[in-house]
Amino acid sequence: MIELKNVTRRFGDTVAVDSINLTIETGEVCVLVGSSGCGKSTTLRMINRLLPLSAGEILVDGEDIATMNPEQLRLNMGYVIQGTGLFPHWTVARNIAMVPRLLNWPKKRIDERVDELMTLLDLDPVTHAHKYPQQLSGGQAQRVGVARALAADPNILLMDEPFGALDAITRDNLQLEMLRIQKQVRKTTVFVTHDIDEALKLATRIAVMDQGRIVQHDTPENILRHPASDFVENLVGKQDRGLKLMSLRPVRDLMTLHVAPKQMAPGMEGIKEEDSVRLALSVMLWQDLHQVAVFNAQGQETGVITRERIIQEGV
Amino acid sequence: MRAWLPAVLLAALLCGLSVGMPVLEPLFQWVQPDKQRVIYERESFVFLLQNHLLLVVVSAAVGTIVAVAGGIFATRPFGRDFLPLVSQVASIGQTFPPVAVLALVVPVLGFGEAPILLALILYGLLPILRNTLAGLEGINPSVREAALGMGMSPVQVLIRVELPLAGRVILAGIRTSVTINIATAAIGSTIGARTLGDPVIAGLVNGNTAYVLQGAVLIGLLALMTDSLFEAIERTWDSAWFKATQHLRTEKPR
Repeated sequence: MIELKNVTRRFGDTVAVDSINLTIETGEVCVLVGSSGCGKSTTLRMINRLLPLSAGEILVDGEDIATMNPEQLRLNMGYVIQGTGLFPHWTVARNIAMVPRLLNWPKKRIDERVDELMTLLDLDPVTHAHKYPQQLSGGQAQRVGVARALAADPNILLMDEPFGALDAITRDNLQLEMLRIQKQVRKTTVFVTHDIDEALKLATRIAVMDQGRIVQHDTPENILRHPASDFVENLVGKQDRGLKLMSLRPVRDLMTLHVAPKQMAPGMEGIKEEDSVRLALSVMLWQDLHQVAVFNAQGQETGVITRERIIQEGV
Repeated sequence: MRAWLPAVLLAALLCGLSVGMPVLEPLFQWVQPDKQRVIYERESFVFLLQNHLLLVVVSAAVGTIVAVAGGIFATRPFGRDFLPLVSQVASIGQTFPPVAVLALVVPVLGFGEAPILLALILYGLLPILRNTLAGLEGINPSVREAALGMGMSPVQVLIRVELPLAGRVILAGIRTSVTINIATAAIGSTIGARTLGDPVIAGLVNGNTAYVLQGAVLIGLLALMTDSLFEAIERTWDSAWFKATQHLRTEKPR
């Protein structure tokens, strides 16, 4: 658990972060979102003490970070940044092994961990382990960045616009990957972005920041339904909210179940239970259907979702 | 291993020539037919070469240590305030001709090896300092940020990340510095240091082109040898840290 209490950061006369209070529960993904210069990156960099606080205190699992050794603190916090910050003179494997090496793990354990992480992030250890960062594509490099941050199994993950410099498709893939990995490892994550869609997609709770203050801290759904101010309302997109809410909702919530799961007829198209309602609607509009079949992870047809139900209850 | 071959060949040629210069007497006789003595014999070439080399090596070693330490200091958080000053000194110092340095040092230290050594250290320091600053400042800031943010101590960041990354540029600075100083050391002969400049000065004073030629050829060979030595070191450095760069040239990434 990370607690920020009256945290303030001043650069000269300007106040970058103005007395914010924020609690991030263990295992939760807290996304700090706001326009550039709102103090979100500054807040993140204070959590791992890359920047000192001007006032206030930050507690990690109840302990004041100001009393901790900064290196010890950071070794237990994975850190992913926009420019990846991979070491160009080290191979991918050595980059990932950075923190375990600092912790003096035995070589065999490091090698196993590197393999495991590369597999987790969908990088083939055989072809990629001995490459250098400049030989990777942007998406691969950022995967290595995430693997490096997870290497020593830290309790906390800090991510500073990690996907900001990637193209839309790669970013989408990595976001899905993040969700998948988060399900497996359950790290307490602080994620900084200026992209509200990314925030809605990844967050369990969102903290909207403006001019160094937190203007709203709530779940994605509540941020969309009850924006605390005009600023938040504009940020989430006033008129786009209906579709955004739909994209938060899985098909599972609104489907009509069959009595018993059916085997999928060959060649039949459908959507998955965990896909969003928005996707279901999109499929129906495009194919001009009134209902579409829903499948579970085993490929069995478990039910259908209808247009009427989405229109009535989707938001 | 092939990288080292030119340096070894040039070193062999240099040693061979400084030992066996008298063999070439007929050649120099032809260059300078009006003089009785055409081979410089006041001091053996081997001794002069040794002394010359010693001056260069000592000044390069001291210069490197001081310049790299200064460059590291000026790029640390606590030394940042001095960065503009240090980089200005490094740039302005380069515009100073070495002869002027000697003229200023001799009144203080007198004649002999000491003033030329000081001049060489001061003069050789500047390219190394400039390159150390360029190398350290040229590192992508996100690399340093990641290194610190992931829990390396500032010393570990310096030794494991910054110096290996800046090393190539620093090495290029040392190469420039040493090459310049091999030529500059020869001027030391004008103020009583024993270097390969001796035959050149003696030849100029006596109007003996053969002497000038002998000194100049040996100094030139020494400079060439040192340069190929650094070429080899730089290549070895590259292959130690960036085994990938050769692939990159052929593969053309992204």
